[in-house]
Amino acid sequence: MRVALFITCFNDTLFPETGRATVEVLERLGHEVAFPEAQTCCGQMHFNTGYQREAIPLVRRFVEIFEPYDAVVAPSGSCVGMVRDLYPMAADLAEDPDLARRVDELAPKVFELSEFLAKRLGVTDVGAYYPHRVTYHPTCHSLRMLKVGEAPLELLRNVRGIDLVPLGEAEQCCGFGGTFAVKNAETSAAMLGDKIRRVLDTEAEVCAAGDNSCLMHIGGGLRRLQAGVETVHLAEILASGASEER
Amino acid sequence: MTPRTKPPDAFSPGETPTFEVSARESLRDSQLRRNLGKATQTIRRKRAVAVEELPDWEELREAGRALKERTLRHLDTYLLQLEESVTRAGGVVHWARDADEANRIVAGIAKEKGADEVVKVKSIATDETKLNEHLESEGIHAFETDLAELIIQLAGENSSHILVPAIHKNRAEIRELFLRELDVEDLSDEPKDLTNAARLYLRKKFLNAKVGVSGANFAVAETGTISVVESEGNGRMCTTLPPVLVTLMGIEKIIPRWRDFEVFMQLLPRSSTAERMNPYTSFWTGVSGEAGDGPQEFHLVLLDNGRTDVLADEIGRQTLNCIRCSACLNVCPVYERTGGHAYNSVYPGPIGAILTPQLVGIGKPGPDSLPYASSLCGACYQVCPVKINIPEVLVHLRGRVVRHKQDGGTLRQRLDPENVAMQAMAKTFSDPKLYENAQGLARVGQWPFARGGKIGSLPGRLAGWTAVRDLKPVPKQSFREWWKEERG
Ligand code: SF4
Repeated sequence: MRVALFITCFNDTLFPETGRATVEVLERLGHEVAFPEAQTCCGQMHFNTGYQREAIPLVRRFVEIFEPYDAVVAPSGSCVGMVRDLYPMAADLAEDPDLARRVDELAPKVFELSEFLAKRLGVTDVGAYYPHRVTYHPTCHSLRMLKVGEAPLELLRNVRGIDLVPLGEAEQCCGFGGTFAVKNAETSAAMLGDKIRRVLDTEAEVCAAGDNSCLMHIGGGLRRLQAGVETVHLAEILASGASEER
Repeated sequence: MTPRTKPPDAFSPGETPTFEVSARESLRDSQLRRNLGKATQTIRRKRAVAVEELPDWEELREAGRALKERTLRHLDTYLLQLEESVTRAGGVVHWARDADEANRIVAGIAKEKGADEVVKVKSIATDETKLNEHLESEGIHAFETDLAELIIQLAGENSSHILVPAIHKNRAEIRELFLRELDVEDLSDEPKDLTNAARLYLRKKFLNAKVGVSGANFAVAETGTISVVESEGNGRMCTTLPPVLVTLMGIEKIIPRWRDFEVFMQLLPRSSTAERMNPYTSFWTGVSGEAGDGPQEFHLVLLDNGRTDVLADEIGRQTLNCIRCSACLNVCPVYERTGGHAYNSVYPGPIGAILTPQLVGIGKPGPDSLPYASSLCGACYQVCPVKINIPEVLVHLRGRVVRHKQDGGTLRQRLDPENVAMQAMAKTFSDPKLYENAQGLARVGQWPFARGGKIGSLPGRLAGWTAVRDLKPVPKQSFREWWKEERG
């Protein structure tokens, strides 16, 4: 299987450690990972903010770059959601039936990391060791757009040493929502406040999720409050401590 | 009591504030926040239980969606069929292109009967057309008879929830309002006593009114039957006691056959009030004839008011599937915190965010801001009993708003800072070389703002981010730089 990593522009620039962890987990499972260097951004921010004509060239680029692979894996539920759920809309807007056809072929091969591991590969134990108290926020796009379901939690439950505590009202949005966090900053903050309260209720050291965008928002709030809770991407937990265990 | 007019909204003439601006005010209202938080959490939980009971819930949703979609596809045929069935049953059908036409038809009927009062059962369509205000201007008082509608009418406010319009008020406020407006001597703040005061007051209105005005939940094309689904029994009174009944409904409320109720009567009560069946469901077909209870004269006003424009939009048209259950409001994390008034529309919450701008047309700052009043979390789509993909429509409408601005072509619109930034970023992302340069620049450009390993404040519109959150500085090495070094 030819597996390509779609790092996402956001992780590439701001969270390179998540990308390195993703590569490590996939390689540990015996996959050779390709990183097509022409990749940039899936166009989600443009598309969701309404700059949809501007997103079309980015959709075309993505399709051209990634269609040769058997599977495309990204450590971001929302970017994968963009490709799977909204690329067809973009192709329609472009009035390009050829693009639409290629999108339809590519979309089912694009996976968020946890669903790739648990659903596509059927692996729920990646041999990680992470001796910390962790709570998991399921992020809306993974949960409701991609319907990854229990996949991330199954992976976490099999991590050695982890103390996984359930998050109250976990399925409630954290209030990030892309440009929503800036355009409707006050409402976003009100949502964040309630999410933080739930996180603190768990007395976890670490709040994990499958999307660094939500984590940057939650973590930014936690740090501002000096709450003493870290935010860590799921991939980094899965990549942790494996060498000691093996 | 003199019915007060409600504050203007998206369907009134003139401009309304944007969602961001109105939300700021609502977010500071601590009583609203706690009332809404509690109410929406309770109803969410109850709805989940009620839905859980039906093993075929997903199939029912799909059936509801498919029925609505087919109806909308052949709306012209079904509307003519409805006109024919209603006429056959002794009713009179009127067609109203817009709010003004609809209001004039209703006022005309009331005046012809010499009525200076009408009783109303809760209808958002008449809120949309501003019927009460219009009737008032012609010297006719419209009395709302739904308890919550009565409360907000007496208070001169707008509804803040489709189903629970006075969700933002507490019982002390309601007691004060009733003491002031309903001519009662003494009143406790017990819900039972409050309801009783309203009941005594309304009873007189029901018995004296010559004309009743209602909306409709459903209208059956095949039989001409109209249905109103409610909880208090005031709807039953409004539609049976006055000798003349006028029903104003949007053209999308139609269902093809009698037996389609089977689907919708399972979907609606569970989604809206988390009940297996709501307390009162009224059906009527034309006039009641010589002996029976009910109106001797029945008028049905079919309202377009922008609905055919919605129908013309391939992605937007699913909005017309809506059966106004309000499940999407109750699960919406934005609505839960801002309440309904922030939307400045008779249709609040997720459904309001997609319906309002489509009905009034793109290009007005207030309604244009509504598709952005969402984090696109998708909770609404998950519960919608007729499967309206609300996030998809939100995104689509954002696109229409931006294209409308860009194609409007004024220099100011083109030089809008957001537009300029988005154009520049799109260009950057289209070329890996430019993109890599930008990554480097981001690293350099952040230093004026970074302090002690974090960024505590940003300039301009981005200040919204750092108002409550720190920002992590851009790391020294991007992922791709690491990849090139390690694997390249
Ligand atoms: S959009 Fe769906 S969930 Fe919302 S009120 Fe309409 S039918 Fe109910």
